[in-house]
Amino acid sequence: MDNQTVLERLKSRLGNALLESREFRGELTIVVPKDRIADVCSFLKDDPELAYDFLSDLCGIDMFTPERRFGLIYNLLSLRNRHRLRIKTFVEEEDPKVQTVSGIWRTANAHERETFDMFGIVFEGHPDLRRMYMPEDFEYYPLRKDFPLMGISGSLPLPKK
Amino acid sequence: MDTKVEEITHRSRILQALEDQDTSASFLDPLESEMILNMGPQHPATHGVLRLLVKLDGETVIGCVPELGYLHRGYEKLAESCTYHEFIPHTDRLDYISPLSNNTAYTLAVEKLLGIEAPPRAQFIRTIISELARISSHLLFLGSLAMDVGALTAWMWSFREREKLYDVFENLVGARFTTSYTRIGGVVQDMTPTAESMVREFIEAFPEKLEECEKLLNRNRIFIGRCDGVGVLTREQAIDLGVTGPTLRASGVHHDLRRALPYLIYDQFDFDVPMFEGGDSLARYYQRMAEMKESVKIVRQALEKIPPGSVHAFKPHNVLPRKKQVYTRMEELIHDFMLVNFGIDPPDGEIYFSIEAPKGELGFYIMSKKGDGHPWRFKIRSPSFVNIHALPTILKGAMVSDVVAIIGSIDPVMGEADK
Amino acid sequence: MGLESALGDSFLTTKVEDAINWCRKNSLWPMPMGISCCAIEMMAFAGPRFDASRFGSEVLRFSPRQSDVMIVAGTTTFKMAKVVRKIYDQMPDPKWVIAMGACTSSGGMYRTYSVVQGIDLFLPVDVYVAGCPPRPDNLLNALMLLQRKVQKGESRGNAPSYIGDFHSNKLENVAAT
Repeated sequence: MDNQTVLERLKSRLGNALLESREFRGELTIVVPKDRIADVCSFLKDDPELAYDFLSDLCGIDMFTPERRFGLIYNLLSLRNRHRLRIKTFVEEEDPKVQTVSGIWRTANAHERETFDMFGIVFEGHPDLRRMYMPEDFEYYPLRKDFPLMGISGSLPLPKK
Repeated sequence: MDTKVEEITHRSRILQALEDQDTSASFLDPLESEMILNMGPQHPATHGVLRLLVKLDGETVIGCVPELGYLHRGYEKLAESCTYHEFIPHTDRLDYISPLSNNTAYTLAVEKLLGIEAPPRAQFIRTIISELARISSHLLFLGSLAMDVGALTAWMWSFREREKLYDVFENLVGARFTTSYTRIGGVVQDMTPTAESMVREFIEAFPEKLEECEKLLNRNRIFIGRCDGVGVLTREQAIDLGVTGPTLRASGVHHDLRRALPYLIYDQFDFDVPMFEGGDSLARYYQRMAEMKESVKIVRQALEKIPPGSVHAFKPHNVLPRKKQVYTRMEELIHDFMLVNFGIDPPDGEIYFSIEAPKGELGFYIMSKKGDGHPWRFKIRSPSFVNIHALPTILKGAMVSDVVAIIGSIDPVMGEADK
Repeated sequence: MGLESALGDSFLTTKVEDAINWCRKNSLWPMPMGISCCAIEMMAFAGPRFDASRFGSEVLRFSPRQSDVMIVAGTTTFKMAKVVRKIYDQMPDPKWVIAMGACTSSGGMYRTYSVVQGIDLFLPVDVYVAGCPPRPDNLLNALMLLQRKVQKGESRGNAPSYIGDFHSNKLENVAAT
């Protein structure tokens, strides 16, 4: 199972859902539109030949461009074929909502919560979307590029001496 | 609609009551026999600052919510302001039980991004230290699991063995614990003959010591009673939850990144990947013991086959030059200056690279922009983060007194779970 | 400090105080607030090679109600600071705090949004131990410094010398690296 075969199969099955594809250092990355992400993921998992049944990682990325500001990266692994694939999708800054994939791979539950905590991307259909690392009442999203490294003073309370 | 709102207010009241002494939460339900127990961040046996909120019906756990973030140090944001070389000491503190393994993973990931390869001797040395780190990590697992279920002697013995490993690391690197041994393009310094003989000595003496610990625990009725059948994770659940490492292999999935997607020089060695079908704590214990024995085999073979040669690649724009040359030659001085101040010169792209760390699949997703010495996005896929989120599934139906044994058998490390 | 101060100051009470301080210093039971990497070196400090129990720290009591000194080992985040303070408040008097490692002394290598830049922002610290992580022998040195401090009767961060004290040249409360 190599990148070429996978790309052919994806092109034939996904059609216009496959916006771009790139191969870099032996890894294949495809870009899909954000409203098709759930179908694409369930197709990739259920397809008997591709069988990407393992979600290694799900993360967000702040491109800091005026349009398509946030990106979502899904790193998939097929245990049977020993092949990795990366899916990318982009969301806008004004409306950072995307469908959840926690119904497809249960591990996505934790990763999506973390992405929500760090970037503020809302996953529709997620059973329990709340912050992962920062306290519940924290108002900012740390990994956005406009949040300073040292934080905003007063945003996290400290006990009195 | 109404029940959802009620649920949310109930939940926030319960969380509030668990946080401070002044709030109390009680709800009008005379038949309610459920209790929420807070196994707080400070606890003798939660392997670090893990907070578990367990919902109990008598002594049976009916639900569990792990709460992370008590050790969130902001690694990913920090990486965006560090150059690639500056981040190497931070990788030590991820899985702080086997720092050499994280160093290797990180430098391999950056080398993949740059498209360079370390020389063969450096690859062999990296394999040796990865396997020694695996032995060190599993020894701590052995000690903590045994201590959590009550066998204190095993903890003392495993710490004695770990001290010997620390002596080896100190001779090899200079530091016992937070080593920062690998560099982009190789390792810091070559393995001296003394270090090599210390490694050999340790490997020769280790199997016997391991057997001593096994004699104490393997057929011990109490240990088996506390671990057998406890915390079962089935094969399908494990794959669905993204669990990796010994926990996955003890549930019957034969998946090891050293075999599936080989890195370093693992395809040149002859070793087995053990697998057990039970999926319970005892199977996870046997799995890690077997893995330690395989690591000994790998180190032995590596020590025999290690070739002579340099341990630094020659790639002036990306690999730090030797200090002796920096002080005497012009080009190396300029390269050193550029690398330390502005960082390496990566291409425009993104990679995801993962290794088989002692806890599972440790992966780095790096996105870089052309010529920028700082990564644009650096994501750490930590195995403990995912393994901890398998706890709600495993703990459902277990007894509250087994929670400690189950957490011990999964062996999470909060440094990497919280990043 | 403690019960004997109710007796007032006299020759007898100073002798009694000395004796009590001697007892206290030789039985400092630590409460290991092990948060991250320093906790592993603290476990080694209690382990078979660098044995802490020969200095009187016989058991590492995880219950704050039964311990004398809290060794804060590891990076303290804002979320964890509340917990550390709560545990500190639960410890009975007399109590001391050892700030182990660079992260607790000053935030360490993490100058980020979620790490408290030094636990002395919310806890009174008695001994700072430098290192990342400090070797277990370094922590034993800190324990011995603390014992000297207990013998003199100083306590709880009200002590005369600390890092940056310009009035005394004695860096007594800083464990050597």
